[in-house]
Amino acid sequence: MTSLILTLRPLEFFFLQYRRIWRATLVSSVVTPIVYLLALGVGMGAFLGDIEYRGDTYQYFQFVAPGLLAATAMQIASFEASWPVLAAIKWNRQYHAMLATPLRVRDVAVAHQGFIASRMLTTATVYLLVIAAFGAVESPLAVLSVPVAVLVGLAYAAPIAAWGAHSENEASFVAIFRFVILPMFLFSGTFFPVDRLPAVLELIAYATPLWHGVSLCRMLVLGDVVGWLAVVHVAYLTAFVAVGIALALFTYRRRLVV
Amino acid sequence: MAGANGQPLIQARGLVKRFGDNVAVDGIDFDLERGEAFGFLGPNGAGKTSTMRMIGCVSPVTGGTLRVLGMDPARDGSKIRARLGVVPQLDTLDMELTVRENIVIYGRYFGLPRRQLGKRADELLEFVELTERANDKVEPLSGGMKRRLTIARSLISDPEVLLLDEPTTGLDPQARHVVWDRLYRLKRQGVTLLLTTHYMDEAEQLCDRLVVMDKGKIVAEGSPRELIQRYSTREVVELRFDDSRPDDLSYWTDGLVSRVEALPDRVLLYTDDGDAAAHGMHERGLVPESVLVRRSTLEDVFLHLTGRSLIE
Repeated sequence: MTSLILTLRPLEFFFLQYRRIWRATLVSSVVTPIVYLLALGVGMGAFLGDIEYRGDTYQYFQFVAPGLLAATAMQIASFEASWPVLAAIKWNRQYHAMLATPLRVRDVAVAHQGFIASRMLTTATVYLLVIAAFGAVESPLAVLSVPVAVLVGLAYAAPIAAWGAHSENEASFVAIFRFVILPMFLFSGTFFPVDRLPAVLELIAYATPLWHGVSLCRMLVLGDVVGWLAVVHVAYLTAFVAVGIALALFTYRRRLVV
Repeated sequence: MAGANGQPLIQARGLVKRFGDNVAVDGIDFDLERGEAFGFLGPNGAGKTSTMRMIGCVSPVTGGTLRVLGMDPARDGSKIRARLGVVPQLDTLDMELTVRENIVIYGRYFGLPRRQLGKRADELLEFVELTERANDKVEPLSGGMKRRLTIARSLISDPEVLLLDEPTTGLDPQARHVVWDRLYRLKRQGVTLLLTTHYMDEAEQLCDRLVVMDKGKIVAEGSPRELIQRYSTREVVELRFDDSRPDDLSYWTDGLVSRVEALPDRVLLYTDDGDAAAHGMHERGLVPESVLVRRSTLEDVFLHLTGRSLIE
């Protein structure tokens, strides 16, 4: 109990910090997704017509919108876990301020992930409302795509934070975004089903957390849930979060407790 | 409660800190009693900050024993930190938050209720004379103001011990005096102070008792006055020469001074009566470029103990 209270305390700092910049993040968390939905869903959709997916036929907008929900969660969470983590260690040193108080390394690390989760929660909610406004929600189960987006976000945020706490400088972040996040964004089933990929790439796509998130969000929003597959998706994403947090606790300790 | 029954607030025995092969703190012993102002004096790299970080329970002890408020930092770090105030060597203020927000959020880390924090933050800002800047961001504040803010922030939890690591390093003389004044007031209010410094004037002004550290070890311990009495003379004559500095001054100084310390830029002569010694050497025909008679300081103590100056 005491333990949980300690973990909640630093969250207040992240919210306070966020209060100053939330207007700027509106662009990345609301405007950008809407632009994507309009351009790809509506624009490209008119051009592409219908798409066949798991034996059913959908409008392209219906297909791409839940995928973008998961992909946006990945992008925002990845960003939030990279520069801000290194800043809190190295440039602004907020972690050090926290660790001089009763707070422990695990409180700091977990609270930061908690803040990222809360960002996912609000972003995904807005996103889902937009999708619903376009009439592309087929099932009340779509509501569950919000917690799934949180899970997708953390599946990236936790390992990236672990890496950030290990990094000496921000150079590697650019590489991560260019060579890991961007290819996943393009090739993990967001824009087209991965079975259209060459066999090797298809297998790689199945290994990415994003594919599991995209597939699961799509099932929920389209109301076509395959039970066993949904369980696999949740388990896979949860495992990524768990391993990511364990790694983050390890690198945070090694960096901050010397 | 620890300390109330005569047990020291902080006790170290054979305390060691190693980073790989490098021994930063090499088996030191000390006790800190409630209400005293205790200092670690030593040059950069003496192991002062490593010691402070172990006491602050942010750096694990490598060897020996350390008890803070009667508890073991390895087991009760969080509980100990709840009762300490820390002014770290490197500022950890949030540059984007306001002055007041920095104090309030820090108080929240201690779990203090919001309502109480607002009032307390205002009192502390008044104490460090930052009331007018309360709603400004931290970024544009001067170095001295940031230090004062860090001190105010460290007091938000009413700590039993205040740890100050090099509290005035990097500040201009005027800003240092303001910080000293605030610390002196805290000391008078009975706050227990533990500080590190490489400024001997800071140690002399603030510390009731201090240890001199060099290369990870404690080389002397006592009050500033005791240390000066034990390791130095009452006065010092400083001689500076132009090009014609004699290699051996013994002809002029024999019988007049108790010790001679030759530094690259000057010669220090230790004696209890500086004027008499200066006069005597003048009569023997010594004509330096300048002669200065002054009281002994902790700088002289350090020089005597280690053969080096505090600030290189």
